[in-house]
Amino acid sequence: MADVILAGVGGQGCVLSARIAAETALSMGYDVKTSEVHGMAQRGGSVVCMVRWSEEVHSPLISSGSADFILAFELLEGLRYVEYVSREGTAIVNNYRLDPLPVLSGDEAYPEDTLENIHSVIPRMLVVEARELAVEAGNARAAGSVLLGALSSFLDFPADVWEESILCLVPGKAREVNRAAFMLGRKTSARM
Amino acid sequence: MSGNEAVASGAYAAGVRVAAAYPGTPSTEILEELAKYGDIYCEWSPNEKVALEVAIGSCLGGARSLAAMKHVGLNVAADPWMTLPLIGVNAGFVLVVADDPGMHSSQNEQDSRYYARMAKVPLLEPADSQEAHDMVADAFALSERYDTPVMLRLETRISHSRTVVEHREERMKIDLPYERDAVKRVMIPGHARLRHPIVIERLADLEREAESFRFNRMELKSSRVGIVTSGVCYQYAREAFPEASILKLGFIYPMPEKLIREFASHFHRLFIVEGLEPYLEEGLKALGLDVVGKSRIPREGELNPTVVGESLSELIEMDTGVQGGGWSRPWHETEAGMEWQLPGRPPVMCPGCPHRGLFYALGRCKAIPASDIGCYTLSVLPPLEGIDCQVCMGASVGMALGLERAFASSGVNRAKAGSVVGVLGDSTFIHGGITGLIDMVYNRTLSTIIILDNRTTAMTGFQDHPGTGRTIMGEETRALDLEELAKAIGVDSVRVIDPWDLTETEKVIREEVGAPHTSVIISRRPCVLLERAARDYYEVDADLCNACGRCLRLGCPAIVMRGESAFVDSELCAGCSICFQLCRQEALRKVTPDG
Repeated sequence: MADVILAGVGGQGCVLSARIAAETALSMGYDVKTSEVHGMAQRGGSVVCMVRWSEEVHSPLISSGSADFILAFELLEGLRYVEYVSREGTAIVNNYRLDPLPVLSGDEAYPEDTLENIHSVIPRMLVVEARELAVEAGNARAAGSVLLGALSSFLDFPADVWEESILCLVPGKAREVNRAAFMLGRKTSARM
Repeated sequence: MSGNEAVASGAYAAGVRVAAAYPGTPSTEILEELAKYGDIYCEWSPNEKVALEVAIGSCLGGARSLAAMKHVGLNVAADPWMTLPLIGVNAGFVLVVADDPGMHSSQNEQDSRYYARMAKVPLLEPADSQEAHDMVADAFALSERYDTPVMLRLETRISHSRTVVEHREERMKIDLPYERDAVKRVMIPGHARLRHPIVIERLADLEREAESFRFNRMELKSSRVGIVTSGVCYQYAREAFPEASILKLGFIYPMPEKLIREFASHFHRLFIVEGLEPYLEEGLKALGLDVVGKSRIPREGELNPTVVGESLSELIEMDTGVQGGGWSRPWHETEAGMEWQLPGRPPVMCPGCPHRGLFYALGRCKAIPASDIGCYTLSVLPPLEGIDCQVCMGASVGMALGLERAFASSGVNRAKAGSVVGVLGDSTFIHGGITGLIDMVYNRTLSTIIILDNRTTAMTGFQDHPGTGRTIMGEETRALDLEELAKAIGVDSVRVIDPWDLTETEKVIREEVGAPHTSVIISRRPCVLLERAARDYYEVDADLCNACGRCLRLGCPAIVMRGESAFVDSELCAGCSICFQLCRQEALRKVTPDG
């Protein structure tokens, strides 16, 4: 069983990655629940999706402070939702910064020490250059699959079940790129 | 499947033949999924009232029918909704309403359950996708058995949560004969007076149905803690207090009084876990039961296991003697080290969004814009700060008229007369703006209406509408001609502009806002997300840029200040050229990607 938070920016692919993780857990025979974000929040806003699997799952929303994993698609968003993660949980963080509008407009500053702050409360942290690895796999938009690859190395689901979910849910030409991105992500955890 | 997909799948199995909706988060995917079957007549209606009326007609015509909408959509459809129960049905009629506690994508968080009570219509509420799927079939059966519409209430965390569903594959065939029955279906006062007592009488029968409804569930565990709840809030309560006894209701209007009393008899008081209004609480208090509800559980915002735990743990600890009532506070509330202040990340208009140039120009013209609801509402945030007021879809037209009248007859605001504009989208103009425009012409008001025509319903995910020339079934159809419509209504001046052309946009706005006539400006440019082809982009020559910050006033996510010059992210840039048009240093230049 596991509770996973996926936090990022609208347009980064959190919803799709959440569905891939859910599909994989479902294939493994678990009861699975997810919660997604649609509509206005998707327009470049802060986005959080949740995936839970177990013998029986009740709430689609994860209790604050109890998630086993956070997949942070962006540094600031990782820090924003870190309170959902258990102190014994694992933070998988894309080392990637996207300035929100209040920062772009110069009204507020982007926090400088996001990684250090996340690490200060969640000791188990894996920093992933997901964007670079996704570019290596063929497309920067596949960063979510790199993060899923990293997540997969902490779980005992076979790689081919993950790949099956990716092939099933990612549309058209992007399939192979995402599969490659997943495999690159899966290898990164050795660096932790 | 998501709750919305489950409703669609359940409706398909229940033999629905006609389904109508207007898109609205979190309800949108119900119709999109139904349309995929291909053998159900599905339509995007111009608004929710029409959608409901279409479904009324088809249910009287003998086809099981479904209308779907978000909570505020039911306000638009409330007129037919309140009289439909007097008429009743022929084949079954189910209204699916999706509430949005927490306002993830809505302008209010009204509680639709009261619409069922007000209309005296049975109300079912699922707690996950499986129940959503199964309850649709129950709803249609109830509808036909008791000759009443039935309401199925979802909320965001049902609609947009995915849970495991075993779905029925085979499809029921319901095809009932149509026969004229004017006393039942023509609500002149004489007929309606005959029908109302029947509606009231059937409530007793419906309450008996509620008592034995298969999705009510009594889970007796702790003898000291009894919780009454329904819908997704059941999941939160179960999660927060695994040892509590819970009465989970699936049929919540009318309420099953006997079942509730039986459950209540085990406890000295009951806890009510429900989001938004004290709907269940009022019902239980009317039975004379001792309950704790909104005195502890928030009446605004969205519940979750943490909020439920936090709200009730103290009282449950008192009743059980167990620390925290069995709920433990999250670590970050008890430990130091989480005191960082983070900048917010509000949703923004996309790079290349056609609305950006329009609102920049409106700001230059010092216009006073009334707006309605769509992506362009995001222009309210800095730096554009593009709109002054906004209520609901279509309202900007009437509000512009009202503002204009108030200014014209005012001493203090006299100078503002003549600068009012109403802005709204193509889809929302068709939804609720046309009658307002008729009012402007009819009552000779000299305001300007700007229709932001991006050729789609963008915010809810690019649904077609009567102006796009395509239906939800993917068929080509006649597209509504906005220019001809405005002219036919009698608007004095109808102009079309391209909002990517800043100079022309500003010129036309100045001319029309200042002119002593009623005018419509159609700001036309397809949503930048509709086509993802390779595009030109712009880049900054750092030597020419003097970091004046003019381009930053557009609030474009593709433009950032890096050190001593602006920088355009080539991956985000959509090549709209508005920053290029603004730059006085000629520091931006267009790049055309190879191929």
